[in-house]
Amino acid sequence: MRGAAWAETAAISAAALLAALGVFGGFVALRGLNPLDVYAALVAGGFGSWFSLEETLTQAAPIMLTALCTALPARAGLLVIGGEGALVVGGVATVLAGVNLGGLPPPLAVALMCLAGALGGGLWVGVAGALRHWRGVNETIATLLLNYIAIAVMNHLVAGPIRDFGQVLKPASWAIGERLMIGTIPATGIHWGLVFGVVACVVTWVLMRHTIVGFAVDVVGGNVRAAQMVGLPIGAIVLATTVLGGAAAGLAGAIEVVAVHGFASSSLVVGYGYAGILVAFLARQNPLAVIAVAVLLGGITASGGLLQRRFGLPDAATLVLEGLLFIALLAANTLYGRFRRSSGD
Amino acid sequence: MIEASLTRRQLLAGSLAAALTPTLARAAARPVTVGFIYVGPKNDYGWNQSHAVAAKKVAQLEGVKIIEQENVPETVEAEKVMEAMIRQDTAKVVFATSFGYWPSVLKVAPKYPDVLFTHIGALWKDGNPKNTIGYRGYMEEPHYLCGVAAGSMTKTGKIGFIGSKPVYFIFNNANGFVLGARAVNPAITCQVVITGDWNNPVREAEVTNSLIDQGVDVIVANVDSAKVVIENAERRGIYSCGYHTDVSELAPKGFLTGAEWNWAAGTRFVKAWQDGTSYPNLLRGGFKQDMVALSPFGRAVTPELRTKILAMKQGFVDDSLKLYKGPLKDNEGNVILKEGEVIANDDNKFKLAVNFLVEGAVGKTGLKK
Repeated sequence: MRGAAWAETAAISAAALLAALGVFGGFVALRGLNPLDVYAALVAGGFGSWFSLEETLTQAAPIMLTALCTALPARAGLLVIGGEGALVVGGVATVLAGVNLGGLPPPLAVALMCLAGALGGGLWVGVAGALRHWRGVNETIATLLLNYIAIAVMNHLVAGPIRDFGQVLKPASWAIGERLMIGTIPATGIHWGLVFGVVACVVTWVLMRHTIVGFAVDVVGGNVRAAQMVGLPIGAIVLATTVLGGAAAGLAGAIEVVAVHGFASSSLVVGYGYAGILVAFLARQNPLAVIAVAVLLGGITASGGLLQRRFGLPDAATLVLEGLLFIALLAANTLYGRFRRSSGD
Repeated sequence: MIEASLTRRQLLAGSLAAALTPTLARAAARPVTVGFIYVGPKNDYGWNQSHAVAAKKVAQLEGVKIIEQENVPETVEAEKVMEAMIRQDTAKVVFATSFGYWPSVLKVAPKYPDVLFTHIGALWKDGNPKNTIGYRGYMEEPHYLCGVAAGSMTKTGKIGFIGSKPVYFIFNNANGFVLGARAVNPAITCQVVITGDWNNPVREAEVTNSLIDQGVDVIVANVDSAKVVIENAERRGIYSCGYHTDVSELAPKGFLTGAEWNWAAGTRFVKAWQDGTSYPNLLRGGFKQDMVALSPFGRAVTPELRTKILAMKQGFVDDSLKLYKGPLKDNEGNVILKEGEVIANDDNKFKLAVNFLVEGAVGKTGLKK
C-alpha cells in the first residue's frame, strides 16, 4: 500500500513535470527556438557539470529551509506563506547577534547567531500562529502581510539605525566581519547551508512521521474536531508548528548572512521564501521530498543564466517554467486516488 | 654549393614570408566571446539600455559573439555569473556594467588571468589586477548642453534636476546642467533633489510632480531609468532632457535633448584582446575622447538653438569650452574658483572631489563637510 502510494505520487509528479515542460517547449518554440536545445541547456545549466551542480545546490539550500516554513504548519492544516518575511527577520536577527557577540570564539558565536536567526524567524511566524489560535485571524493573510512588514522593517533598519555608512552603493547593515563567516564545504563551492537544509528536512521528517507528536499534528491537520475530542492541545500544536516552520526560514536567513553576504540588505529579498511555498506544494508537504524538489527547482533557477546567454530568453523564462510546473502540479492533484481505485487496489 | 643552397633557402624563406604577410594581414580577427552583465532589464530606457546599445555595437566587430545576462544583482551572484560566462560559455572579455559589480570583478579577475574584465566605474587603482579596466565618460559635458537647451526653453526661469545618490558624478552632472542654463540666462535657478536611490520610481514621480507644482518647466533626472520622470513631465506639458540613452520616444512633444553615454568606446578593449595589444587600465573622457554623446534634438528645439548647442559641443571636442571656470561660487556662497582660474575638462583630481552644487542650484548635497 505504502509502495503503491509512493509510485502514485512519483507517477503523477512526473506527468505534471512533463506536461509543464511540454507547455514551456511550446512557449520557447513560439520565440523561434528549438525546444530540445532549450531542454538540453536546462539540464546542462542545472546538472551538466560540477560547476552547474554547485550552483544548483547553492540555490537549493535556502529553499529547503523556507519550504519547511510552509510544509510543517501544513501538516497541522495551516497554509503559511510567511517564509520570505521570516527569512528577512532571521537575517536581521543574525546580524544583530553577530555584532554583539563578536568577542566570543567564532564557532560559538556563529552557533548563537544561527540560533538568533531561527528564533527571530520562529517568533515572527509564531505571531501568525498565535493570532490564528486566539483571535481567529486567517494565517495565510497574516503571514503574507507579515512578509511586507518584515521587508519594510529591514529596509528601515538598514537605511538608518543599523546602516553601515561605509557601504555607499546601496543601504546595508553593519557587517558581521570575515571572522564570523562560515565559508564553503571543503573542496566544493557550496556553502554550509546545504547541510543545514538537508539535516533540517530529515529531522522534520522523523519528527512528523515517526513520533507521537508528529501523529498528533497530523490529527489536528486532518480533523480539528476529532483532535479536540481526543483532548489534543490544539493551541500548542498550532503554535509549535508555526514557530518551528518560521525558525527554519529564519535559519535560512541566518545562513544567507553568515555564509553568503555578511550583512543584511535587500539582497536577502530575492524570493527564496516564495520559492519555498512552491517547493512545499510540489513535495506535497513531505520533508524528504522537499530535498529532491528543492534541488530540482534550484537546478531550474541555476540554468536561468544559461538560457539567457545561449538563447536570449528573458530573465523571467525560468519563472514561467516554475509557474507552469506549479499549475500542472495543482491540476494533477485531482488525479490522486483515481488510478488506485480503477486498478482495484 | 653551400652558398647556393643558402641562397635558395633564403629565397624560399623570403618568398614564403612574402606569401604569408598579406594573408596574416587579411586573416580573420581572433574569435572571442564577450559577456555583458546587466543589473536590471536591458530595455529599461536607462542605464542598462545604454549598455545593451553598446553591446550591439560590440557584436558587430569581426569575430565577436556576445552573450548577455540581465537582472544580475550586485551580490555574490555577480561573481557566479561571471564565472559561468567564462566556464560555460568560454567568454574571454566580460563587461560588468553596474557600479556595484566592482568588488566581484576584483575577486574573479585574478582567477582568470587570460580574461579581460571591464567595469564602468573607472575605479581602477594601482595594485588592482592588470586584466581589469575601469572606464567612464564625463557626463557633465552633455549635461551642460542640456542645460543650454533648458535655459533657452524655460519660461518660468526655474528648471529641475533629480539625482539618485549624493556622489561626485551626480554633483558634476547637476553642476553642468546649472552652468549650461545660466550661460544662457544668469537669473535661472535649478531645483536639485537627491532621492537617495538609484532606482525608486515612486519617489521620482512624487518629486517630479512637486517640482512642476513649484513652477519648474524643464527637468532632467539622473536615476537608473528616467522613464517615469520623462513620461510624467510630458503628461504635465513641460520640457524634459534625457539621461543614459536615447529616450526621445517617451516624450514626442517635450523632449529637448539628452546626455548619453557612449559605452561603445569599450569596443577598443575587445579589439585589444583580439590583437593582443595593450590597453589602458583606466580611461576617462568626454566629447573629445568620444565617450559621451548628445541625444537627437526633439522637435521643440529650434534650428538656431540646435546650431548653437552643436557649436558648444564642438567646443568640448577642441577644448575651447571649459566646464568649471572662475569666478565660481557654490550655492552656499563659498568661492570655488577665483577670477581667471580654469579647470581642465580632464582634471580628474578636481572632478572626482566635487562635493558642492554651484551657485544657482537650489538644494543641498546632503553631505556633511
